[in-house]
Amino acid sequence: MNLTLKIWRQKNAGTKGSFATYRMDDVSPEMSFLEMLDALNKKLVEEDKYPVAFDHDCREGICGSCGMYINGHPHGPVPAITTCHLSMRYFKEGDTIWIEPWRAKPFPVIKDLIVDRTAFDKIQIAGGFISVNAGAAPEANSILVEKKKSDDAFDSAICIGCGACVAACKNASAMLFVSAKISQFALLPQGRIEAKERVRAMIEKMDEAGFGNCSNTGACEAECPKQIKLTNIARLNREYFKAY
Amino acid sequence: MNKILFSSISKKFVMALAGLFLLMFLPVHLVINFLLLKSDPVPFNKAAHFMATFPLVKIMEVALIGVILIHITWGIYLQIQNWLARPVGYVSGNKSETSFFSRFMIWTGASVLTFLVMHFFNFYFVKLGLVAGNPEDFYTLAHKLFKIPAYNYIYLVCFSLLGFHLYHAFSSAFQTIGLNHRLWTPVVKVVALIYAIALPAGFAFISISLWLFR
Repeated sequence: MNLTLKIWRQKNAGTKGSFATYRMDDVSPEMSFLEMLDALNKKLVEEDKYPVAFDHDCREGICGSCGMYINGHPHGPVPAITTCHLSMRYFKEGDTIWIEPWRAKPFPVIKDLIVDRTAFDKIQIAGGFISVNAGAAPEANSILVEKKKSDDAFDSAICIGCGACVAACKNASAMLFVSAKISQFALLPQGRIEAKERVRAMIEKMDEAGFGNCSNTGACEAECPKQIKLTNIARLNREYFKAY
Repeated sequence: MNKILFSSISKKFVMALAGLFLLMFLPVHLVINFLLLKSDPVPFNKAAHFMATFPLVKIMEVALIGVILIHITWGIYLQIQNWLARPVGYVSGNKSETSFFSRFMIWTGASVLTFLVMHFFNFYFVKLGLVAGNPEDFYTLAHKLFKIPAYNYIYLVCFSLLGFHLYHAFSSAFQTIGLNHRLWTPVVKVVALIYAIALPAGFAFISISLWLFR
């Protein structure tokens, strides 16, 4: 199929960017979205032009690197997948595809479609861990965990920190990400020990970074490639109140 | 201490509590307004007099004004922060599936504020003696206002927008204070829908009745 791509090009963080238009002919519907961008970059290099810079790593939907905003949706218009899993079969002959970087003050554009997501790392470093003495693996059944809580903790832990929640939220809020990182520990006995310090530190870091405030629109949940639930945000709020 | 009071969660918590307080006040106002439908002005004027003079209600009035001011100033403050969090928007727009009314809370809130200012000039400032009028006969004052078509148009538009505001606000407040439950949250959403339709419909019914059928 033949497509028109409108891609955000920005030389570096200090320069102003703009959209560039590229024509892509004979795109196979079997290609993934990133393979289509690879093909574009090959063409650009052959024409002695700068390739489009975009983040990618595992291409298996688990690293969270390949964040880009495609036709009004983070990771594209297909729910519950990352950009690397987005197939070109979801597009039609003659489509114009708009590709933009995540837009949020705490995620400044580094180059083209790559944004700096250090703000997420800082939140994680502030409290997204449990302190344990490293040693031999403990006996698995010495601390029993209710099945429902174990499942919920796992469902929160699968957040890949891609930033789609921030990108989708009209307020650029990071609440879904932080709530998932809080919930994965808050639900387990091992995570309760530092629960108060964790939630205080992570919220403080989130606010410092300049993310917006959650207004419960639900866009984050709708666009999350790992389907992290809004119930995590209510849990985060409860954890925060309990911490004071 | 400032970090706690001004954290994003605390600010939203204050907004939610203030909003829930205002949600309790509206049905009281509606019940009193239904007395306007009587041909006898005495019950409504008596109720208005009671609301203006009873000590406990006077205390609640101060609380109500305070809560309204907190809800407005905090709402504007939060919205400005939210706008600043995304200085550059998306050219392809935002096509995410969201609760529709949640996208326009600041604007539906602004329309309610506009109405509130008008309402204060028409009634509350009369009661305080800041605007000319008889504070002991709000019945006649209200009936006169509801005979002005433009007033009814504004009234009906503002109350429709209040309904949109209330629908999202009701369930959102529960989520913000941490009350999200597998079974009860869907019930809260249904109650929110009923509340958001019934309350404005009640006020609209009074407006239309006095405007067209009296």
